[in-house]
Amino acid sequence: MSKTAQITIKRGVPGEAPCLQTYEVPYQDGMTVLDAIVWIRSNIDSSLAFRYSCINANACKECLVAVNGETQYACTTRLARDLTAVGPLPNKLLIKDLVTDIVPPRENLRVIISERRSGSTSGQ
Amino acid sequence: MIHLETDVLVIGAGGAGMYAAVAAARNGAQVILADKSMIGRGGATIMAQMTTAAALGEEVPDHWTKHLEDTIQAGRGLCNEGLAALLCEEAINRIRELDDWKVGWARKDGKITGVLAPGHSLPRCVYVDFLNTGPAVAKCLRTQVARAESVTRISGLAITDIVIEDGAVSGAVGFHLADQSPVTIAAHAAVIATGGLTRLYARNSASANMNGDGYAMALRAGAELIDMEFPQFFPIGHLAPRLVGMDPIMWDPFRYKLGGRLTNALGEEFVHKYGDADDGSYVTTRDIISYGITKEAAAGRATPRGGVYLSFEHNSDAELHDAFGPVIDRLAANGIDLKKGPIEVSPIAHYHMGGIKVTDRMETSIPGLYAAGEAVGGANGANRLSGNALPEAFVFGKRAGSSAANYTLGKTHSWSDKAAMACLQPLQRLMDLQTDANGDPAALGQMWAELQDLMWNNVGVLRTGEKLNEALMRIRTMRDTLAKLTPSHGREFNLTLQDWFDLRSGLLTAETITLSAINRPESRGAHQREDFVDTDKGLEKNQRLHLNSDGLLISDFIPLITDTSDSNAAEQLR
Repeated sequence: MSKTAQITIKRGVPGEAPCLQTYEVPYQDGMTVLDAIVWIRSNIDSSLAFRYSCINANACKECLVAVNGETQYACTTRLARDLTAVGPLPNKLLIKDLVTDIVPPRENLRVIISERRSGSTSGQ
Repeated sequence: MIHLETDVLVIGAGGAGMYAAVAAARNGAQVILADKSMIGRGGATIMAQMTTAAALGEEVPDHWTKHLEDTIQAGRGLCNEGLAALLCEEAINRIRELDDWKVGWARKDGKITGVLAPGHSLPRCVYVDFLNTGPAVAKCLRTQVARAESVTRISGLAITDIVIEDGAVSGAVGFHLADQSPVTIAAHAAVIATGGLTRLYARNSASANMNGDGYAMALRAGAELIDMEFPQFFPIGHLAPRLVGMDPIMWDPFRYKLGGRLTNALGEEFVHKYGDADDGSYVTTRDIISYGITKEAAAGRATPRGGVYLSFEHNSDAELHDAFGPVIDRLAANGIDLKKGPIEVSPIAHYHMGGIKVTDRMETSIPGLYAAGEAVGGANGANRLSGNALPEAFVFGKRAGSSAANYTLGKTHSWSDKAAMACLQPLQRLMDLQTDANGDPAALGQMWAELQDLMWNNVGVLRTGEKLNEALMRIRTMRDTLAKLTPSHGREFNLTLQDWFDLRSGLLTAETITLSAINRPESRGAHQREDFVDTDKGLEKNQRLHLNSDGLLISDFIPLITDTSDSNAAEQLR
């Protein structure tokens, strides 16, 4: 019998009541919260929104989420055998599911567009 | 619809893209630097742990021509010597420039210190301690880009196509991942700096967002690719026990610092059976070790997880601590004690030698279209030397940015929505159609997983015509399937829309590798055919690819490109 673990993910977009969804994922020793999320996207629901670039290397620093209420990198946080609760960073603007607006304002297209509109640089 | 205008659009913000953006800005251009991930966070640069090759000659006398000799030797007869020479010569100034920008190269007695990496004749691979080269370089370049006032950085902007009008670049289209807005960008020139294709393989290093976007975009824009049959498999990628918080290729520097021993499941050393003697000094190049490990596994001498053992048990505590520093604690947190036993390693997709065909100014055959970094093909031939990827990003990035800026001087925008329609149409169509991924919410994720397994098993380290042909058929079927598949609905951060476009690039790129591998009936460097085990001197040629007007991939062999200075029709057009 293969081992599994349960992970509950807080999903939703701004302006709607968040929904807690629990997934059962195959468990392997040493696996991380990121591994579980990648598995869910590949096998259950690819629309689960999540942000990461590097693969478990803790280099890109994009995968900060709240794991059991604490701010953690999903790529280095080991998955518990029982239940792990994952949600978006509570102190950042929610975009969708686990993705929050962590892009610096100077790199944010919405900010750039509004600046171009109000400034002299062209933009429609 | 969001519309932006700029002189130079740089696509991809790793080492090559950031360098290109800075160079274009310094040459007077307005620049947009776009990345589908975050600026200076995605890509391969930030994953680099150690070696950056340059013949600085600070500790021991060295010359860039020696670096070039080593590069050509490792390239198994296929290096574009013109590009390789630029890489080796200009690496020196780029490394010093980064030093001026305070990247923090490791020093001994005031001199920038270098290690002897496999395939190099002299110690010339500089680094930032400990295993921090990539993050330090990325941070340093992020600062430089931020200081360049004429560079607009945009994170989360996925470019899907280059727009060509009257045979030249007029801009690009894409979408904003945060809210799915279509974006059009009028630009005189575009620099493709999207890195490689490692995500196409089940086992890979580098970042999740490198899925061949640049190769596919270049093909669709009408540019040519070369040498696509040569993805590099890094030989000793970490396999077990599970290691997180570190790049899986981290063992390399320790192997050449400490002489880690590689043995098969029977405890036998084996590297010597497949080529060079490897007497603990670790001089054997990547292609040979990857081949040897895979052959050992195929012969039933693999470790429990399917690799070989790497052991540092012969080293003293002092040696280990001196070499690994704080990394020892990070290993301990993963339950790894190098004094107690070996770890398991095996080959892992790491880099791509092939890529976009360019001149010495990084121009493609399409006026206004440039490429930089790993996206460029040719400099490293059939096998890249350790430490050549970062200098390639810096040198080619700077060249591409400068050339693109010079090209745009005095040009006025010729953007027309009509020319962009062909590129916008698939985006618009997908957004209109998107419903529920045809009833299977994981369809696109599953397709990714299938492609990765297919490439790993059939187009990996050991190849046969039969397996390659099987893969080609399957990839073509998957391309048809993708065309009929719709992403899930939802405006905000819709990763299924991203998956769809990533797969569009990934499947076309996978087809280029597979087709090229079928067409090369020999073994050379990273391309090892079980049915053609010898190297054929007659195939010391580049394989060139383009898309014809029916969207079919066309391949031919051309005489080895050695002089890059004047080889493009673009030159005569201008």
